[in-house]
Amino acid sequence: MDYSAPPITNTPPPATGSVSGKAVRPGDRIFLGLSRGSGIALLVIMAAIGAFLTYRSVLAISGDKANFFTTLDWNAAGLEPKFGIAVLAFGTVVSSVVAMLIAVPVAVGIALFISHYAPRKLASPLGYVIDLLAAVPSIVYGLWGALFLVPHLGGLYSWLNDYLGWTGIFSYSNGAARSLFTVGILLAIMILPIVTSVSREVFLQVPKMHEEAALALGATRWEVIRMSVLPFGRSGVISASMLGLGRALGETMAVATVLSPSFLIGSSLLDPGGGTFAQNIASKFSEADTFGQNALIASGLVLFVITLLVNGAARLIIARRKEYSGAAA
Amino acid sequence: MAKRIDVSGLNAYYGAHKAIDDISMTIEPRSVTAFIGPSGCGKSTFLRTLNRMHEVTPGGRVEGKVMLDDENLYGSGVDPVAVRRTVGMVFQRPNPFPTMSIFDNVAAGLRLNGSYKKSRLKDIVEKSLIGANLWNEVKDRLNKPGSGLSGGQQQRLCIARAIAVEPQVLLMDEPCSALDPISTLAIEDLIGELKERFTIVIVTHNMQQAARVSDRTAFFNLAAVGKPGKLIEIDETERIFSNPSVQATEDYISGRFG
Ligand SMILES: Nc1ncnc2c1ncn2[C@@H]1O[C@H](COP(=O)(O)OP(=O)(O)OP(=O)(O)O)[C@@H](O)[C@H]1O
Ligand SMILES: [Mg+2]
Repeated sequence: MDYSAPPITNTPPPATGSVSGKAVRPGDRIFLGLSRGSGIALLVIMAAIGAFLTYRSVLAISGDKANFFTTLDWNAAGLEPKFGIAVLAFGTVVSSVVAMLIAVPVAVGIALFISHYAPRKLASPLGYVIDLLAAVPSIVYGLWGALFLVPHLGGLYSWLNDYLGWTGIFSYSNGAARSLFTVGILLAIMILPIVTSVSREVFLQVPKMHEEAALALGATRWEVIRMSVLPFGRSGVISASMLGLGRALGETMAVATVLSPSFLIGSSLLDPGGGTFAQNIASKFSEADTFGQNALIASGLVLFVITLLVNGAARLIIARRKEYSGAAA
Repeated sequence: MAKRIDVSGLNAYYGAHKAIDDISMTIEPRSVTAFIGPSGCGKSTFLRTLNRMHEVTPGGRVEGKVMLDDENLYGSGVDPVAVRRTVGMVFQRPNPFPTMSIFDNVAAGLRLNGSYKKSRLKDIVEKSLIGANLWNEVKDRLNKPGSGLSGGQQQRLCIARAIAVEPQVLLMDEPCSALDPISTLAIEDLIGELKERFTIVIVTHNMQQAARVSDRTAFFNLAAVGKPGKLIEIDETERIFSNPSVQATEDYISGRFG
């Protein structure tokens, strides 16, 4: 840390020798105004968006002739509009959970490989390729999912059905693999780069002294990772996962391209059909009348609330074990 | 549980840079050997070759022989992981595992070596903490994180962690340089007790400390910046501090250096 005296930037005190009173330079004043102004502007914009969404949502929900939360239908046109978010909430949560279950372990594995196993010659190109994956537009993922993934997943689906079909969740009888599970797989691939690169950065920041502590006790490479790297990187991996989850929850184009939407909640994840908030909004918004738009906005508000809850939960998990966090040492 | 170390013709490199040159010495069991010498002369590097930690550094390479009794640590087929379980190390900056409790810190090495019954684990942890003079201060908060202790306590926790696995040799790289005089004394007393059981090697910049704790002292020096460090002499501590056989040693010890 640098304890040397800061350079003297204030204007010299008045000739009287008094040091009271303030000496503020124009630069300070401009910067203060700018930062305060943008802070306020941000709050105003947020409030305006919130008010707008809430107002339109209230209009929609009060006009809904069925239960907004439990109805398995989306019919917002006509005199008897009946629509509910049950299918959308289910589909969004299920596809995101599938994506997380696949992506996070794989991402942590790749990140550990890059940070602790791969020779340097291999590590940086690999990291670069992973980062590149993040730059692919989501519609491209969607097209690849629809044209390649869907036709090729039949084998995996039959296999799942053979071994796990008895659970009901993985039962499958020949059909197009345009299901929530396929969406989950596609989302997993899409969030892999962000989760991987953030985790990798965290793993690379583990202080050498923590790793050497384990090594000096006679830990193998994997034991070093278990004792020093993973505990230190835990909160970072959670944050990385949340970034990925945020993207999975809100992903629109890729889901809309792959899923064959329906307003049913099937017992099997492998059955075609279902929907997500973002996909439903994207596919219905352009043809909706004002009331239909309000209904879609209401569903968007629910998605927003879910995202907030998920982030809050993640923060709680990180904060709960703060006293054990590596940052405190 | 203490073994003799016999080093012959040891060179260590960082990439192309040779850090220590042709070092040979014998380190007696159940005694304290101190390494002294100017900064950059390769004391830490040499210490780290004694438990094969040097090769962990990218580019780190070692030539020569380190015999632990009659086993060459650098022999083919020797697993560095196994070496480090036999030769323990305490670092300059206390480095307890920050996410582990005090108990788990001490038990960490034991858990690596195999599974112990809970009661047995408790006994060993208690014994090690007593051995490290820390038991009385932490016995009521064994489940609190180790990073919540003071620096001196953390260092003694690291010593407890190192001795819990009953190593043959204990290497200490400036273990007191981050500590206040009282914690330093506590650790010096501890070293005096531990040498009954272990072979101890300690690197220190503190001449008084070397004189107080060690039985033998090795003086390292380097010809010039960028040149590899060499062992100048190793002898009984009393002799090194009263009547060394090399002039450079006397100059260094009396502060007439460079
Ligand atoms: N990680 C490293 N990479 C490259 N060179 C290194 C590294 N660590 C040490 N060196 C070099 O090796 C030489 C010996 O360093 P070493 O740390 O062993 O000295 P030391 O005697 O322990 O010094 P000090 O008393 O300051 O701790 C020095 O020239 C140093 O620059
Ligand atoms: Mg050193």
